[in-house]
Amino acid sequence: MSMSLLLLIVAAIGVAGYLAGSWRARGLAGGKLSNLHSRPGYYGSFVAICAMIPALLLLLAWSIASPIYIQSTIRAGFPESVKMQPEATQNLSYNMISAIARGLPRMTQEERRALAEDGASARTLLAAKGVPLASEPEPYMVQSAQDLDRATVASSLWRAVLVIAAAAAGAFLSFRLIAPRLRARNRVEGVMLGGLVAASSIAILTTVGIVASMLTEAAHFFNSVPAWEFFFGTVWDPRFAAAGATGSSGQFGLVPLLAGTLYIGFVAMLVAVPVGLFAAVYMSEYASRGFRSVVKPLLEVLAGIPTIVYGFFAMATVGPFLRDISAQISGLATGNYASFIQAQSVLTAGFVMGIMLIPYVSSLSDDIITAVPRALRDGSLGLGATRSETIKKVVLPAALPGIVGALLMTASRAIGETMIVVLAAGVAARMQLNPFEPMTTVTVKIVNQLTGDLEFTSPQTLVAFALGITLFVITLCLNIYALYIVRKYREQYE
Amino acid sequence: MNIMSETAAEKVLEKKMNEISYKMIGEAVSVYYGDKRALYDVGLKVRENTVTALIGPSGCGKSTFLRTLNRMNDTIEGCRVTGRIVLDGDDIYDPSIDVVELRARVGMVFQKPNPFPKSIYENVSYGPRIHGLARTKADMDAVVETSLQRAGLWNEVKDRLHESGTGLSGGQQQRLCIARAVAVSPEVILMDEPCSALDPIATAKIEELIHELRANFTIVIVTHSMQQAARVSQRTAMFHLGNLVEENDTDKMFTNPDDQRTQDYIMGRFG
Repeated sequence: MSMSLLLLIVAAIGVAGYLAGSWRARGLAGGKLSNLHSRPGYYGSFVAICAMIPALLLLLAWSIASPIYIQSTIRAGFPESVKMQPEATQNLSYNMISAIARGLPRMTQEERRALAEDGASARTLLAAKGVPLASEPEPYMVQSAQDLDRATVASSLWRAVLVIAAAAAGAFLSFRLIAPRLRARNRVEGVMLGGLVAASSIAILTTVGIVASMLTEAAHFFNSVPAWEFFFGTVWDPRFAAAGATGSSGQFGLVPLLAGTLYIGFVAMLVAVPVGLFAAVYMSEYASRGFRSVVKPLLEVLAGIPTIVYGFFAMATVGPFLRDISAQISGLATGNYASFIQAQSVLTAGFVMGIMLIPYVSSLSDDIITAVPRALRDGSLGLGATRSETIKKVVLPAALPGIVGALLMTASRAIGETMIVVLAAGVAARMQLNPFEPMTTVTVKIVNQLTGDLEFTSPQTLVAFALGITLFVITLCLNIYALYIVRKYREQYE
Repeated sequence: MNIMSETAAEKVLEKKMNEISYKMIGEAVSVYYGDKRALYDVGLKVRENTVTALIGPSGCGKSTFLRTLNRMNDTIEGCRVTGRIVLDGDDIYDPSIDVVELRARVGMVFQKPNPFPKSIYENVSYGPRIHGLARTKADMDAVVETSLQRAGLWNEVKDRLHESGTGLSGGQQQRLCIARAVAVSPEVILMDEPCSALDPIATAKIEELIHELRANFTIVIVTHSMQQAARVSQRTAMFHLGNLVEENDTDKMFTNPDDQRTQDYIMGRFG
């Protein structure tokens, strides 16, 4: 029985349970709904939930477990000669078997018999049924495929029987439970609450999973490269080894990458903070409501532009522009038209990243400035302060902790930003202070180490996880500190 | 000799209060919030060195009128004021008047204590500093001390001037706000329900303070409490639905009002 039909049947049982449950509750009420603990709809929902949720959980568990179980039994039945083969070859064989098994249901009884007797014709027979095979199957494969087909059919049948039985039993038992004092509403709401908790824990569990996977891979890396060489090394030269070759391990110094990350982030903040802050002050203190209602969403659109687009902008427009203009300047100054700003440089990447960050700074600070109580502004204005004196001496100092928090959050975005720096910062891992030269960042190197055809065993690839976890820890610390500051500041007005 | 001079001073004060001089005069003042009219042609004269109480049920326009007196309504979007308000002969809505200067002459104390999240000293020195009223640090110290003394707060805070103003109790915060307003040496002080967020003891202290401040300042106070109006004011104005119903001596207002609506409100029949 197909999955969709099964789902439909379970849903139908659920709907029937709902109708029956609310009908029964109405009957028990005897025309006076106040005799019931909950409204009839809750009794209906209670029956529907008891019918559907266990059945659906069973369906989910069966659908996950049964293919695994079937695969392991089929593999256990492989001839000894096949079991001697390496794991990868066995996987290929199993794939072929399941392809044949998929073709089997489309065949007539005679064709099946022919297939079982004459394995050599299998390829043409199956091709006629729309199942292409890479090579002629070996005889044991046809046999296994038939076992697989039988097991699958049986599993599907049992699945249908058990799931429908579970749904019907759930509906029946919960229907029997219905009584005027049954706290159906509380139970239904309990299930809803469970759903909400499950949804929010998914996010947390995913984070935990990501951290755990990064930590294990990073631990593999630190097995081959000592941690202090990674964290304090000043040379980044991973030296990609030729496939299969061992011995050349290269140097994995984090310091130049971190320096580039912080430098570019610093230039970006240099652009974003003043512009964003001034925009926020204008928006929250001076702009009329009409202007604000138009411009604020526009600024937030800027935050929605994918960063790869900013990357294009940096690479194709800003970089060449800065290079050409620097050539003009040096031409005017010295007569020698040599550009001193390179197209890929700290300045280019930082500048464009700064533009990307403006809406974050302005939007967050705007919210924080607006949250400063009106009473404080009135107090200052009532003493004869001008609007700008009020902003400088009362509003901004009061909002300062919150603004600092917002800036820290923005900084953590700047540090984690990838696409702009990949396209505009360059790939040379160098330590220098000239903003017109290219530098590289942690995120760029993660991209570099992981793109291409690589095996996940060499330190050259595993270093990406060590870089990733370092970046993660830095941004996490920044965010936690920012949240702490923002929260502390919120209490100030209570 | 000493007693003589004291009585002489009292006499001068008495005389000053007896001869009626008007500090602020509102003529046909109307206020609109967008399309909604909040105040209808109010004419009210505020006497010098007198406490004038504005009473009336919620939404009657008394706070709106108070805020027209130092143009605090300017900060509300969509608010429009028509009519004339005169301070010592000058129309305060005249384009030549600088609103900053006006607010330095007509100070304001708000309903909820709103000290700045700064130290007590900085709270009081804020106004004098922006208006350049004190040249040296010593001048400023003197201004802060007299202002706090006038607000009756000096003895309580003199040892912790550099602690945050938000750490004081509600009543102390409100007196700090009064000190802050007094420090600019205004001529008129507007108070918008200054005691509504305070307990009875703090309220009593503020009322006492209002009595003392009257000697140096003209005070206009909005209050919801009839008893407070009776206790602190010499003149009372009753507002209802955006109209000025009656303006009279406080004693007369609470014993034998001219208008039936005033009578009803004071007796608690509406409001």
